[in-house]
Amino acid sequence: MSKTVIVSGNFAAAYGAKLSRAAVVAAYPITPQTEVVEKIASLVADGEMDAQFVKVESEHSAMAACIAASNAGARAFTASSAHGLTLMHELLIWAAGARLPVVMVNINRAMGPPWSVWADHHDALAQKGTGQLQFFCESNQEVLDSVIMAYKICEGSDIMMPAMVVEDAFILSHTKEPVEIYDQELVDEFLPPYNPEYKLDVNRPFGFGSLGMPDWYMDFRYKMAEAMDKAVDRVEEVNKKFKEVFGRDHGGLIEEYKTDGVDVLIFTMGSISSTSKDVIDELRAEGHNIGLARLRTYRPFPAEKLRELTRNVNVVGVLDRSYTFGHMGDSAGEIKAALYGHKDLILKNYIVGLGGRDLTPKILKNIMLDTLSLQDKELDEEVEWVDLRINQERWRR
Amino acid sequence: MAKLPDEELMFQGTTACPGCGAAHAMRYTLKALGKDTIMNLPACCWAVIPGVWPSRNLDIPLLYNAFEATGAASSGVRAGLDVNGIGREVTVVGFAGDGGTADIGIQALSGCLERGTDTIQIMYDNEAYMNTGIQRSGATPYGAWTTTTPVGSRQAWKKNPKKNMMEIVNAHGIPYAATVSIGHPESMIDKLRKAKEIPGPKFIHIYAPCPTGWRSDPSITVELCRLAVDSCVFPLYEIENGVYNVYKKPKKKIPVREYMKLQGRFRHLPENEVDRIQVNVDREWELLLKKEAFTKEQVV
Repeated sequence: MSKTVIVSGNFAAAYGAKLSRAAVVAAYPITPQTEVVEKIASLVADGEMDAQFVKVESEHSAMAACIAASNAGARAFTASSAHGLTLMHELLIWAAGARLPVVMVNINRAMGPPWSVWADHHDALAQKGTGQLQFFCESNQEVLDSVIMAYKICEGSDIMMPAMVVEDAFILSHTKEPVEIYDQELVDEFLPPYNPEYKLDVNRPFGFGSLGMPDWYMDFRYKMAEAMDKAVDRVEEVNKKFKEVFGRDHGGLIEEYKTDGVDVLIFTMGSISSTSKDVIDELRAEGHNIGLARLRTYRPFPAEKLRELTRNVNVVGVLDRSYTFGHMGDSAGEIKAALYGHKDLILKNYIVGLGGRDLTPKILKNIMLDTLSLQDKELDEEVEWVDLRINQERWRR
Repeated sequence: MAKLPDEELMFQGTTACPGCGAAHAMRYTLKALGKDTIMNLPACCWAVIPGVWPSRNLDIPLLYNAFEATGAASSGVRAGLDVNGIGREVTVVGFAGDGGTADIGIQALSGCLERGTDTIQIMYDNEAYMNTGIQRSGATPYGAWTTTTPVGSRQAWKKNPKKNMMEIVNAHGIPYAATVSIGHPESMIDKLRKAKEIPGPKFIHIYAPCPTGWRSDPSITVELCRLAVDSCVFPLYEIENGVYNVYKKPKKKIPVREYMKLQGRFRHLPENEVDRIQVNVDREWELLLKKEAFTKEQVV
């Protein structure tokens, strides 16, 4: 029997790992991820979760142990955040190169200095080229569901890539919401046991990860690129199947919110999407033809779907909770690149909420009104930092 | 001479240099442990020696991993086997060089030992970063030339002592640690088999000369190993649950000079520095014998 409990995003992540029957968990504590580790430790200690919990001495070792366990044929799980995630960087690339479907949860946290433990997407977006599939979540339920779906997608024999399920620090990680914990049998039916074609086996010895010369290396990389391309459709298929079985639809590649026939489209990622949807409702009630698209799958990047979505849109506002120094917000850059040569529209990038700076409905409404105003005037600035101490008056009025 | 096991799990086609001690180290290790062995290899000479994909000259499962990750990978493999119902019948080995053990890999090694993973962590020690071209490591001895401790007019050779990995691992309270040498293959195989039988984390320190980096004649690799033991530069001993046992004591201790003069990496050293090294070797040897006497006495 499924049951609904009131839990944090971190507990939802732990229950996601449990329901997925992750058999080896290797993790190291970091704020604000600690509850994931603690919850899994207690689930294992109480015999509720049948797993080996490897208590490693760093995040680098956490992913190294997950990779090794996955190579030995076990479904592996870890969780981290910010400095822990970036310490793992080498092994995020390794997991992808080794074609191992390790799934992790990353709790988005700002990078220091200055030290910060609050929400910011820089940590995860700095990993976008590692070969991880990336799913940005809006709710605690979506965190749990995305862990299950991530294994389903990544363990496909034609995919075999690792994934990162992403939730915002504190806003999801430490905020309790109702979350449905599904019946285990139902999850087992949806996600069969992990049974890789190749694994470490003394009766069938292989070498995993040896030296590849220039006449081979590039072809291995191309196969990874192909797998990522296939994952685009797989994300949608698994999302559809998940809806059939569990009755929930988180949007697959991009979640659309009131996008039919809109002139202006707002792009968001992660937890700010919920507040933004309320603001969209308010603006629509005031007569504005505006909708919202939430980038849920960031890798593989849903370029095709993005082009369809913007076919009849003239103005786009892109909110980024991160900044790539020297250029612009990450998703704005990606969206522009995906639309180039397909659609000529006005795009403005808003840098928002870095290091956990609060994003109130008021600020979000002012951002969207600014985007709406671009229908009648020229683009003032390509990138604008919102609610800085030097411009707060404008955004908070 | 005792007969070595016939089983051969390492075949021709290695990319090792002539006289490579690390190649012997792997061959004897596999003779000792047998085919039910899964081996983790970080970045090191042995990341290359098995051959280039798709070739492989070792007939056991190999898991290559990142330079600093061997200890963690060993824990991960053991956990992955465990959840699939595979137990002690399979030996999990981490096989890393001195840099991958004593320097960049020391954190993961420490974690692996502390959390009690059932594994044998092996350091094959050629006393420098040989795969990258003879750069000094924490295991390079005092006095040695390397490409990063060159003999120049203002600065010359390594001025820091070699890390004592046996003491470092022993401080973790592990059940078994041993030094072995490819110059003494029978006892090397004996100690590895002993380690295999003991549950929990074990550490084996293999002395494995590198003629390329030591500037020594490739034909005297085994001789160098024996001189290292006979001069007490590299004593052969084991530590079982804290009790030291020096299992190979030289009948006649030879001067370190005899060992050093066959290696170009010490060529530059003035006599007074060789004397200084001799004093230190003597002191370490006496200390080891005292540890043996003391810990054996405590057991009785």
